[in-house]
Amino acid sequence: MTLEFKQVEKRVGAETHIYPTDLKLEDGGFNILLGTTLSGKTTMLHLMAGLDRPTSGEVWFNGKNVTRAPVQARNVSMVHQQFINYPNFNVFENIASPLRIQRTPAVEIDKRVAEVAELLNLTPLLKRGPSELSGGQQQRTALARALVKDSDLVLLDEPLANLDYKLREELRDQLPKLFENRGCTVVYATSEPNEALLLGGHTATLHEGQVTQFGETAKIYRRPKDLRSAKVFADPPMNTAPVAKQGDTFVLNDTVSWTAGEQQRGLGDSAYTVGIRPHHITPAARGAGAVPIVGEVLITEFSGSESIIHFRVEGRTWVSQAQGIHPFEIGTQAEFFLDSANCIYFGPDNELVSA
Amino acid sequence: MKRYKWLAPTFYIVFLMLPIYWLLNMSFKTTNEILGSFTLWPRKFTLENYTTIFTDPTWYNGYFNSLTYVGINTIISVSVALPAAYAFSRYRFLGDKHLFFWLLTNRMAPPAVFALPFFQLYSAVEMFDTHIAVAMAHALFNIPLAVWILEGFMSGVPKELDETAYVDGYSFPRFFIKIFIPVIISGIGVAAFFCFMFSWVELLLAKTLTSVAAKPIAAVMTRTASTSGYELGLLAAAGSLTIIPGAFVIYFVRNYIAKGFALGRV
Repeated sequence: MTLEFKQVEKRVGAETHIYPTDLKLEDGGFNILLGTTLSGKTTMLHLMAGLDRPTSGEVWFNGKNVTRAPVQARNVSMVHQQFINYPNFNVFENIASPLRIQRTPAVEIDKRVAEVAELLNLTPLLKRGPSELSGGQQQRTALARALVKDSDLVLLDEPLANLDYKLREELRDQLPKLFENRGCTVVYATSEPNEALLLGGHTATLHEGQVTQFGETAKIYRRPKDLRSAKVFADPPMNTAPVAKQGDTFVLNDTVSWTAGEQQRGLGDSAYTVGIRPHHITPAARGAGAVPIVGEVLITEFSGSESIIHFRVEGRTWVSQAQGIHPFEIGTQAEFFLDSANCIYFGPDNELVSA
Repeated sequence: MKRYKWLAPTFYIVFLMLPIYWLLNMSFKTTNEILGSFTLWPRKFTLENYTTIFTDPTWYNGYFNSLTYVGINTIISVSVALPAAYAFSRYRFLGDKHLFFWLLTNRMAPPAVFALPFFQLYSAVEMFDTHIAVAMAHALFNIPLAVWILEGFMSGVPKELDETAYVDGYSFPRFFIKIFIPVIISGIGVAAFFCFMFSWVELLLAKTLTSVAAKPIAAVMTRTASTSGYELGLLAAAGSLTIIPGAFVIYFVRNYIAKGFALGRV
């Protein structure tokens, strides 16, 4: 089952919400739409579902043009960020509602609802109303409703964003397993790069209404096509800085420079932008490619086993993400190490040249 | 100071109840007693006034007429306001905000303004002195009110609920009846109550647009003298009975109204 966008564009008034997009989603796979708030994730999902019509372009599903088909005629299901259930139905009727519309026989409804309810640990709650459930239970009910009808396309719009931390982890582990072997295409919108990495599958990075890249999640993370994709797919944000290549050396400033790696030997002498992920800048030297850089500590944040340290070098702010607690005094000069082996380089047009 | 804490609420309740007490008091007296002497309770208790109302068609038809046009009006107002309020809450269209405000301005003119045009119009199309005429005249100010109340309740329902229903395969009419109306049922209750109330208490249009066949109780009740002279006891009994439907309706919707106040729309 494939979903294909052919030059799909969405404009509302004078504003462009989605720029002309070509996108072909993987057959029966787990696809992730990654982008910040207002990058157009929800609009994309609406276009996929048929809740919204594209201004121009075509949507194809399974080799059929469904651009004009209303949402009811497409076999899709959707879960929203907010916990949306029918307040006047109990959990059982909520899960059963898509089947009731399809006029499924009552015996089969009972069977299938019981199945998904078991899968999502909702069995003891079937007689309750949605308002008597906790947030996690409400969202599991919504997921159950999406699962019960065997849709071809399942759209998940940040389904875990409103859940608390523990529940989110638990449900995130379950999610890919739930959709395995169902033969449906899943699209999962999220604003968290870490979530995309944990879920795997394929990722489309979305930046201000444009799909900047689409491919295997891990591959995009390792080799972002351009600076925009790299920035979307990095949390905390990727450090970027201009560097100059002189011979076999990359020069950041008077004191910081490093030898180009194997892959960068072929690059011509010119100005580039270097991208370094925060966890490749550490207060302790690691490996052979470690390059010392000294800066003024601005902020340090601790999150359990991790420290995030912001420091300034010549007016540019850098972020380091390191294991363990590193109690730097704010305002002091401190030495950090860049891992030059894990730098990625972008050309003058912000396209990736080497990773 | 603390010992007199009961004083203010007691006075409040006494003053509040005084006119109602006086009305009830009068309704159980004979007209002679009302006119002849000042008595705090009926010296000669009589149910004759109530008996007259329940047996004389000119009296009890007044209640039937009032309840009929109020009922028709409530049904028209709410059923017309439902789709209108849905449009205002869910869709953006040219001039939607202006139109929404203009609806409310319909309530700003006194009904007397419309008495003459309605009277002439209904006479011309031979609808004068019918229940539907009064019901439709009252819709002039009740529909905007119902739209305002319902829009508030509908906007409190997330748009995603509509989307989820469409994705699940609901058609619009089915979604509206099976899902949406049950969700905003308390809003419908509040809107219906206010339509009922404003139509029930409105006298001027109801009086102007009727003569015999659809004469409302308020019009019957406010004639002070009849062929048999002053009938104050009778009028008081009619007034006492007129309070009942309003009290009855408010008892049923009191919880919904509290909800409506919480949403800031009532």
